This record gives sequence, C-alpha cells and structure tokens, in this order.
Amino acid sequence: MTDWLFYFFAALAVVPALFVAVSRKPVNAAMNMILSLIGMAALLVLLEAFFLAVLLVLVYAGAIVVLFLFIIMLIDADSAPSSGVVTWLASALAFFLMVFTALTLTFGEWAVPFAERGDMAPAAVAYAFGVELFTRHILAFQVTGFLLLIAMIGVIVISRKMKEPAAEGGSAQ
Amino acid sequence: MSVMPEPALEHYLLVALLLFAIGVFGVLLRRNTLILMMCLELILAASIVALAAFSRFNATAEAPMMGGNVFVLFIIAIAAAEVAVGLAIIVTLWRRNQTLDVTELTSLKH
Repeated sequence: MTDWLFYFFAALAVVPALFVAVSRKPVNAAMNMILSLIGMAALLVLLEAFFLAVLLVLVYAGAIVVLFLFIIMLIDADSAPSSGVVTWLASALAFFLMVFTALTLTFGEWAVPFAERGDMAPAAVAYAFGVELFTRHILAFQVTGFLLLIAMIGVIVISRKMKEPAAEGGSAQ
Repeated sequence: MSVMPEPALEHYLLVALLLFAIGVFGVLLRRNTLILMMCLELILAASIVALAAFSRFNATAEAPMMGGNVFVLFIIAIAAAEVAVGLAIIVTLWRRNQTLDVTELTSLKH
C-alpha cells in the first residue's frame, strides 16, 4: 500500500515540476508548482515528518505561491518568447548529465549501501522541533528571526518609489 | 532492481535529485524572471525532501538525528525571505524596464 502511495506522490511531485520548468506562462507555472508542493508534502508524510509537511503546504503553497500569483497579477506579463534550440539542447544536456551522474552514484556498481529505515521517527511530533529549536539551535533560530526582519525592511526599501534623478540627495517620498 | 521495489532511502533521494535537476533545467532554460524564481524554489524544496529522508532513515533511538529536520525549518524561513526580496526586485525591474526577460536586463553589463 505504502509503495503505491510513494510512487503516486513521487510522480505528483516530479511531473508538475517538469511543467513548471517548461511552461511559458507564469500562471501555469505557479499552479503546477502548487501541485508539485502537494506531492512533496505527501512524501514528507510518508517519511513521518508530519509537522514539516504541514509547514511546507502552509508556507510554500500558502504564502510563497500566493505571493508569486500576486506579482503575476500586478505585472501582467505576457508569455515570454520561447528559448532557442541551443538553449534547449544545453539545458537538457545539463539535466541528463546531472541525472546520469547521480543515478550512477546511487545505483551503479560503486554505490555504497544506504541506511535502512529504522523504527524511530524523530520528527513525528512538533514537540521534538520545539525542544531542538529552543535548546540546541536557539542562536540560529534568533538569527533567522533577524534575517526575516532584515528581509522585510529590505523589501520596503527596494519597492519604495524613487525620486526622479533631478531631485538628488533627498530621501524618498 | 525489480519493477516496484519497496521505497528506500535511495528512492526518496532519486525524487529529490529529479526535482533539483528539473529546477536547474528550468533556471537554464527559461527567460522569464518570475519562472526563474519558481525554479529556484523548486531547488530549495528538493533539498527539503532529501534532508527529511536522510534524517528519517538514519535516525535511531540513541541518535534521533533532528538536525536535518531543524535544517528544513530554516530552509523554509530563508526561502520565504528570498522570495520576498526577489519579488520586490522583480517589481522594481518591471517598473523601470517594462520587461522580465533576462536577456534584456543587461544594464549592469555596460
């Protein structure tokens, strides 16, 4: 049962991701990205990381993709012209090179044995995250908070309307 | 390798690899800056799957390997910050140049 679920959700994660990469309209890409993220969240559920799965749907599909959709709506960009044949070939070559190398390293004859699935699911409850975050990783946690604050201020500074070049030196309106 | 083997660590890593490679493929292929950002997000999400899989499969009762899972939390926070700043830059670029095509955004070259 779990096998079939894994293969179904793996396909749900990978196939829409491919459509994100090849679609020319940003709206289609954003919609396919939601599908792909749902597949990834289901894979995290199969890995018994339930909290991370919820977080992935909330933050990625809920916040980030909605942000993308807002910008698409504001900008109203038409679909870009398709890339040239050379770009297509070079990108596909890079893709297959990466996949081939990783497949050789994973399933080839030099592949090292991988760890078996243990009985212990460390991330099954959010409690475990709380304990780790507020004891061992407290400094990184606070730095991340500052990073979000800096990003917020940065966004305000960047998206503020600049004055015309004639009015040099003044602060923006 | 049988037709439908029991999903093990290497299968999760394979999914993560495919997502990562698709993300790189999209970054190389597309010219629209918005879709470029989405492919960057795909790359980050692929690393999330890989980290969670490693953490789950290597965990024992003595060493619960929470580091990978906590790292995922930080990746999600940083992805959110990255998207916010990136989209602000994209809006500013659009306001100045009325285009999102990366081949036309070359003002830093000259």
